[in-house]
Amino acid sequence: MNTQNTDSHISVEQRRYATWLSWGARSGLMILAVTFLAYVFGWLPARIPLEQMPSVWNLSSHEYLQQTGAPTGWHWLSLVNQGDFAGLVGIAWLSGCSLLCLLAVMPIYARRKDWVFVALCIIALLVQLLAASGILTAGH
Amino acid sequence: MLNEVVSRLQNTGTLLRANALLLLLVLSLFTAGAYAAESLPDGSSMPWWGWALALFITCFFLGIVAVPSGVGGGVLFVPIVGGFFPFHLDFVRGAGLLVALASALAAGPSLLRGGLANLRLALPLAVLASASAIAGAMIGLAIPANLVQIALGITILGIVVLMAMAKKSEFPEVAAPDRLSSALSMNGIFHDAARNQKINWQVHRTPLGLALFVGIGFLAGLFGMGAGWANVPVLNLLMGAPLKVSAGTSSFILTLVDSSAAWIYLNKGAVLAIIAVPSVIGMMLGAFIGARLLHVLKASVVRRLVISLLLFAGLRALLKGLGIWP
Repeated sequence: MNTQNTDSHISVEQRRYATWLSWGARSGLMILAVTFLAYVFGWLPARIPLEQMPSVWNLSSHEYLQQTGAPTGWHWLSLVNQGDFAGLVGIAWLSGCSLLCLLAVMPIYARRKDWVFVALCIIALLVQLLAASGILTAGH
Repeated sequence: MLNEVVSRLQNTGTLLRANALLLLLVLSLFTAGAYAAESLPDGSSMPWWGWALALFITCFFLGIVAVPSGVGGGVLFVPIVGGFFPFHLDFVRGAGLLVALASALAAGPSLLRGGLANLRLALPLAVLASASAIAGAMIGLAIPANLVQIALGITILGIVVLMAMAKKSEFPEVAAPDRLSSALSMNGIFHDAARNQKINWQVHRTPLGLALFVGIGFLAGLFGMGAGWANVPVLNLLMGAPLKVSAGTSSFILTLVDSSAAWIYLNKGAVLAIIAVPSVIGMMLGAFIGARLLHVLKASVVRRLVISLLLFAGLRALLKGLGIWP
């Protein structure tokens, strides 16, 4: 199976993946930095005041959730206008940007009838979506 | 002759200055860590911004030493921050995953474009490791923190032994690829700039490599650290990928493995922006400086420093978990 591009030893799908990953990582880091500045400089109000964080960050995540009433799963999205949860937008974006990269390379594999790698991309997508879904629960 | 001697003396001077600077940075790191450790019983005595700043500075230094030593920032972050800062280990592991993820995402595009990371080699391994990372993250959040600390301490001490003993092979000999790697076309060409030539490579022992990546993914999710320390030996020594391809592909694999585990921590409320963001930014800035210092710093000195740091942090995690050094 020839996976090499005619004018380079880097395959077409690999270059497309790199392009999408580059945009995903850059935009994610930018969102992360901007929302964090809004959080620490008080441009956005915080649900849990920053001054109180030292009294809760030594708790386990389970105790922290109980004490602060912070949401689990995707419920933080409804609180995104608050500084401490706005910061999670960048984190979620960074965690999820690989999904777009996988979707971007699937058509290339499909055109080449490389069904094994189409299947691998679909499985990778499903694994990421399962992790992101919040269906899987665990805790102390 | 005289010019050569002067040039050598100048190089030695530069090297000494750079390594002295590094030693100073590491001493500062230990001072910050010791201060944090002393403050543990009354963590609220220092304001939130003091901790955020200390975390940023610590991660900046960790980022500097992570690049020349060849280990990911995550493997340094979790035991050191978990051992010396007042944050619960759940939040440290959540932040550790994001530190490793952000570093891998930042490096990923250039590694892919340069052929040092290979999508066909990475994808099958990453799928299995991502799935097991989810299981590791779920178990890590379900068991008591002191058990995770003990297991972390033992694992870090194991990594120290691995780093001290493991051999590397720049271009391992792979006589013939196995059937699975042939079927998946897990091979490629990369341009070795040092030799200015294109290197054809292929891999073998793929089924065993896949099985080991299940375990590696599990550990990554459990402890919230990148798994480059394990990925590279498996890709290089077991499967026979060239060292540079192994390191690049390992970093790329982390973009998928750490993101699946990060979702579990995020969904369980184990990610706090006030811990995660200064860590990510500090580590990335430090890694940027570390990459610039790469040609000045002596890799063996940095490596010994990192092994010492990990040995100390591993013992700290173990003793903390056992309640001997709370």
